[in-house]
Amino acid sequence: MPGAIYAEGLVKTFGEVRALDGVDLDVPEGSVLGLLGPNGAGKTTTVRVLTTLLRPDAGRAVVAGHDVVAEPDAVRHNIGLSGQFAAVDEYLTGRENLQMVGELYQMSSRAARARAVELLEQFDLADAGDRPTKTYSGGMRRRLDLAAALVVKPPVMFMDEPTTGLDPRNRMLLWEVIESLVAGGTTLLLTTQYLEEADRLAHDIAVVDHGRVIARGTADQLKAQTGGERVEVVVHDRDLLGTATEVLHGFSKGESTVDQHTRKITVPVSGGAKLLAEVIRELDGRGVEIDDIGLRRPTLDDVFLSLTGHVAEEKSEAQDEAEPRGAAGGKGKKERG
Amino acid sequence: MTATMTKPQVAGGDGQARGALARSVRDSLVVARRNLVRMLRIPEVVIFGIIQPVMFVLLFAYVFGGAISIPGAAAADRSAYREFMMAGVFAQTVTFATAGASAGIADDMHKGLIDRFRALPMARGAVLTGRTLADLVQSAVTVLVLMGCALVVGWRIHEGLPKALAAFGLLLLLGYGFSWIGALIGLSVRTPEAATSAGLVWLFPLTFMSNAFVPTNNMPTVVRHIADWNPFSTTVQASRELFGNQFQPVASDAWPMQHPVLASLLWSLLITVVFRTLAVRKYRSATV
Ligand SMILES: Nc1ncnc2c1ncn2[C@@H]1O[C@H](COP(=O)(O)OP(=O)(O)O)[C@@H](O)[C@H]1O
Ligand SMILES: [Mg+2]
Repeated sequence: MPGAIYAEGLVKTFGEVRALDGVDLDVPEGSVLGLLGPNGAGKTTTVRVLTTLLRPDAGRAVVAGHDVVAEPDAVRHNIGLSGQFAAVDEYLTGRENLQMVGELYQMSSRAARARAVELLEQFDLADAGDRPTKTYSGGMRRRLDLAAALVVKPPVMFMDEPTTGLDPRNRMLLWEVIESLVAGGTTLLLTTQYLEEADRLAHDIAVVDHGRVIARGTADQLKAQTGGERVEVVVHDRDLLGTATEVLHGFSKGESTVDQHTRKITVPVSGGAKLLAEVIRELDGRGVEIDDIGLRRPTLDDVFLSLTGHVAEEKSEAQDEAEPRGAAGGKGKKERG
Repeated sequence: MTATMTKPQVAGGDGQARGALARSVRDSLVVARRNLVRMLRIPEVVIFGIIQPVMFVLLFAYVFGGAISIPGAAAADRSAYREFMMAGVFAQTVTFATAGASAGIADDMHKGLIDRFRALPMARGAVLTGRTLADLVQSAVTVLVLMGCALVVGWRIHEGLPKALAAFGLLLLLGYGFSWIGALIGLSVRTPEAATSAGLVWLFPLTFMSNAFVPTNNMPTVVRHIADWNPFSTTVQASRELFGNQFQPVASDAWPMQHPVLASLLWSLLITVVFRTLAVRKYRSATV
């Protein structure tokens, strides 16, 4: 039985650009899929197809048990969408925005009003609830946008880069909200350019590039694919680099690298923290003084680099006020770095 | 932030029970209210929307008025032109609401609001219907203020209130049809700035190649035929007759000029139906 979100061979072209080139996804009910990829990878296009905003050229997608092309209205009843750019009416207050969305989800006016109050409280916007959202900071607007997506407590949620451009404090706030949402049983598809974010929030990660899913698995599986852990040692005395390398060779699982300039030796190992203690003991026994030693596990950055040959993160972070106000789907003007 | 979430649930139980038409009406009204609230929060837009036609009234009445002679009126009768041109200014005012609709819709597209609406289980045409209804309210207010000014400079209603109300209705219906053209333009252009000019430029030839400000009898033949069949002229002619601002029967024997009330009604309904269909279809596939 397919999951809460299921896609098979999605293709979407815009003129010459093949934005989606056969995307397959399967998200089990109650789990979180992180769609990870650089600018222009096709994340937003995927979300737009799954939320009935775009019709795919080929392929098929089922969300909450309904086909997105054949039964878009049934899909819309069961999803919440928080798009790439906060989509709230800047001249309405936070409360009016939420109430309007509730009414358009076919709630009664009274129920919509009550739900708006609840959400403002929950998203720490109660004090600002009666101000036009024009006066909100980027982080507040983001929170309101997310609240609007949660008006009917939809079983399936889509969030397109929910924390891009936010400062660390707002990012943490949103992460907490997302975590409690997931704890409540919501199925979530989240796109992000931040590897850290996918690592923290997602059960499964699908790495997309050029409109294709190029790797999938848990964060740990992806890291294991890239290669295991490594020990890094910085030797105090350059003259003892040779001795230290000799010692580390004994633990190495593969090729080690020695950087003369930084006096750093890196060797692939297996055995974790226990092994680290042994390395330290042996170096000590040979009279090698060390400045730094660490067990390094691959980050998702390493994963991305090894999969695609380029680094994933391109945008600068922490620009709370500098909310990008470009085209709603972030079209056209995006270039690959 | 306290974020306790309850178990997700599917919404819309009462939504399904409601009929499609009732849902469509309610959704349209929700969106119309949103647009009206916005207008009240940006009063500059409404105020300039009123100042501009008032300026037209004053310019035409006091600057051009003396130079244009109206068939059937004594050459020295300066109020004749004021009476004659007022229907034209009213009609031009309602059609200029088109630019508001196109700019508003384009802005909603740009800000991602259209995406938000399109992902909601709401009636298909409601976002656009809500917008055009709000524009209709704005046009009604603007025209009423304008009529007040017109009365001050010498314009009069000669045929009684029922006919005057009929003229008012025809003017608003024309504006309503045109705001659907505006909605289609707003969905079709790439930026709100482009929407403002694209919503406006074509209105100038349309409203000036008409009987609105000068009688058509002195126009070159081709232009006169265009003017006689122009939906805008038809509504102007109909209002002129219904307000009683005519000094002699219209010279043209083109069918719309002989039956302006019916012609105006038909034109406006046709424009509404055609452009509503096109705009709603465009909305469903709209991408920025
Ligand atoms: N409406 C559109 N018209 C033309 N090109 C588009 C449109 N939407 C997306 N694209 C292109 O499709 C590709 C994928 O875009 P997108 O899905 O927005 O990527 P991401 O969200 O991963 O940054 C990009 O090359 C983008 O320029
Ligand atoms: Mg994107």
